[in-house]
Amino acid sequence: MKEVVLEPVSQPECGLVAEVVSCDVFAGRSRKEIEELEVYAGNRRRKLGDFFSVSGSAADSPEETRIVIAGSVERTKWIGRGMSAGEIVVEGSTGMYTGAWMKGGRIVVKGSVDSFAGMMMDGGELVVQGDAGDYLGCAYRGEWRGMRGGSIVVHGNAGSEAGHCLSGGRVTVKGRAESFAGVRMHSGLLVLGSAERRVGAQMTGGSIVVLAETELLPSFELIERVTSPEIEGVRFEGVFEVYAGDLAERNAKGRVYVKVE
Amino acid sequence: MKLVLKNGYVFDPINGIDGEKMDIFIEDGRIVEEVKGEAEVIDCSGMVVMPGGVEIHSHIAGGKVNTARLMRPEDHLRNVSPRTAITRSVCGYSTPSTFLTGYAYSKLGYTTAFTAALPPLMARHTHEELHDIPMLDKGALTVMGNNWLVMRYLSEGRIEHACAYVAWLLRATKGYAIKAVNPGGSEAWGWGRDVRSLSDRVPHFDITPREIISGLMEINERLSLPHSLHLHPNNLGRVGNVSTTLETLELTREVKPSRERQVLQLTHAQFHSYGGDSWRNFSSAAESIAEAVNSSDRLVLDMGQVVFGDTTTMTADGPMEYYLSSLTGLKWANKDIELETAPGVTPFVYSEKSPVSGVQWAIGLELALLVREPMKVMLTTDHPNGAPFFTYPKIIGWLMSARSRERVLNSLHPQAQRNTVLGSLDREYTFQEICWVTRAAQAKSLGLENKGHLGAGADADVAVYPVNPEETDPSREYEKVERAFSATAYTVKAGEVVVRNGEVVRVVSGRTLYVDARVDGELEREVLADVDYYFKRFYSVNLANYPVQEVYLTSPQAVKVDAGVR
Repeated sequence: MKEVVLEPVSQPECGLVAEVVSCDVFAGRSRKEIEELEVYAGNRRRKLGDFFSVSGSAADSPEETRIVIAGSVERTKWIGRGMSAGEIVVEGSTGMYTGAWMKGGRIVVKGSVDSFAGMMMDGGELVVQGDAGDYLGCAYRGEWRGMRGGSIVVHGNAGSEAGHCLSGGRVTVKGRAESFAGVRMHSGLLVLGSAERRVGAQMTGGSIVVLAETELLPSFELIERVTSPEIEGVRFEGVFEVYAGDLAERNAKGRVYVKVE
Repeated sequence: MKLVLKNGYVFDPINGIDGEKMDIFIEDGRIVEEVKGEAEVIDCSGMVVMPGGVEIHSHIAGGKVNTARLMRPEDHLRNVSPRTAITRSVCGYSTPSTFLTGYAYSKLGYTTAFTAALPPLMARHTHEELHDIPMLDKGALTVMGNNWLVMRYLSEGRIEHACAYVAWLLRATKGYAIKAVNPGGSEAWGWGRDVRSLSDRVPHFDITPREIISGLMEINERLSLPHSLHLHPNNLGRVGNVSTTLETLELTREVKPSRERQVLQLTHAQFHSYGGDSWRNFSSAAESIAEAVNSSDRLVLDMGQVVFGDTTTMTADGPMEYYLSSLTGLKWANKDIELETAPGVTPFVYSEKSPVSGVQWAIGLELALLVREPMKVMLTTDHPNGAPFFTYPKIIGWLMSARSRERVLNSLHPQAQRNTVLGSLDREYTFQEICWVTRAAQAKSLGLENKGHLGAGADADVAVYPVNPEETDPSREYEKVERAFSATAYTVKAGEVVVRNGEVVRVVSGRTLYVDARVDGELEREVLADVDYYFKRFYSVNLANYPVQEVYLTSPQAVKVDAGVR
């Protein structure tokens, strides 16, 4: 595994569009070529090297490449967009759309991620040790077919609409998720440490596990009580109430498991 | 400016030229017999030369097109392309931006396009959008099948007044022809209802869909308009709707054509050729529709072909769109156009795995293959309802190759094979027939005398496709044919090369065609008094703000008709 280190030098006042920060793009490029990669600060075309000092070198393949961002880059957006392999480690926090359309590999953010992290993800792994903004693992604006595969784990809390239109894969928020987690989800697994109101609104399929009591919409119906169930291939310890929903939707086959003991 | 297209294989069915090696001469935006002196010469040897494509039915501008754009941001992720020195930044697939619409049609060799539905109240907006569609000559079909004044005059038997109103409405909206969509049904939708047969009564109007359709055909012929009535019949997309469609086509027997053309264009015929009595035994009824067209000289149709994939449906048939969205559970929007119509919009995915989509795919092709005379068939997808127009080359491949159709058919649900006859059809279109169904038939149907052919005096709109008809067997090499039809070697618009090797090299704005039909002045004054009353009593806008002025049109070109209606 070869490593490229990006040391943040400055961040523009408006967002920095840096979808080039991806192992697929870095692989096979020299340090100089990586510095020359094109980024946008607002509507201005700039070079990656204007904002980061680059050291180390990339491997020939993305699988063998690791990118380390040695600091916080809260204004840098689209890190790891569409990445298929390799690893990105961020020592601090990132901006919006981290890991969007990711297909493989791994992104670890030691701080927090802004909104739309893991949007439309198809595979791979996104780990956030801090908090996530709104729309964690969501569908693109207007799209009803959302994240299809891969896994997102957030150790802290998440904003509203985590797992929006989830259509596969697994999203875990160990802390608390704000309103409308799993809204319009179709399949896959969403695990929440605790959740604010309206979990699973308009869901038609898939499973949501809430590891604390929560207030469900009246369109969810209690169907049974189970002990230590296996849900989408994962075993959860404890006693759970199982709700079917969202019955306001046609042919809804969703399940919400709420831990009660 | 003089141009010679040298040595191409020319297809021009209207003038009886079928793949002859010859030169096309162009001067000052027109085709001429020959040019003298200095001229730019383009070598077209080994390539197919056809008149510029004419699109007759495509939702490219208007209120619901823009609603669809707002509704589908996810569609804008496709075809994203930054601006160049001459072209604007573009995006979109089923809801492409106006600029992309122009560039993409031009790359396919099209030089003229008619937007399928212009609700009168949205006319100004529609023309503002057409203004931003470059590369093409444009026109719009004005929607009238649910118009209060049309229905009132017809129900009262005041046909002359109806004619005068329609003539005024075409001028006010700068429209080119009369379009009717689910006649009576979209009005009923205002009351949460629909009409399901030609004999249903329209709520609050003493009229039936049958009377509206017959009335509009009669108005059209009395006014002697260049195009016929352009009809989206009742019951679009419903199982077993073929009986409604056939009954509708029967109505043409009573109508005498005023010009040498059809009296009715059955638009997106695929959506109206359904047999069976439930989705379980949903089947093709293309044979009976094709038979009706074969046995009549008053009918033409366009295909409304379905191509598998993700698209957006949009039509001035609000109840149908609501019905569709309740089948799919996907997002839906309705637009109420007061006193005039009620369009709806919803996304749709045609899936190879779905028996219904499979049958729909087969029906469009069956219609094109079963109607014997290619001048009665037009290639459309009802863009974007059956598929976006970007798929035209694929459809050309299917028409020209039984083998390529078979490959798709074999991959479909067994119901799609069982309930259609496509597998038994071995007809394969020739280049000449492709020329008919993509431009010549459209020009004839629309009454565009200077388009769809390459005779002297025609508009110098030409498409040159990089495929050698003498060395290519489309039946086997359909992929090569598809590639050739997806990007022209040259597109010539009004005598200028605008696309070269599939790239836009020059941006032009094109003209806007509309019909200026005149009737007796006294009659018109009486009608305008009624119009004035309707505006004061019912409309939310002032009459003075309603008609669209020529300044909104790019290079307006009026087609003058004096029908002598008294």
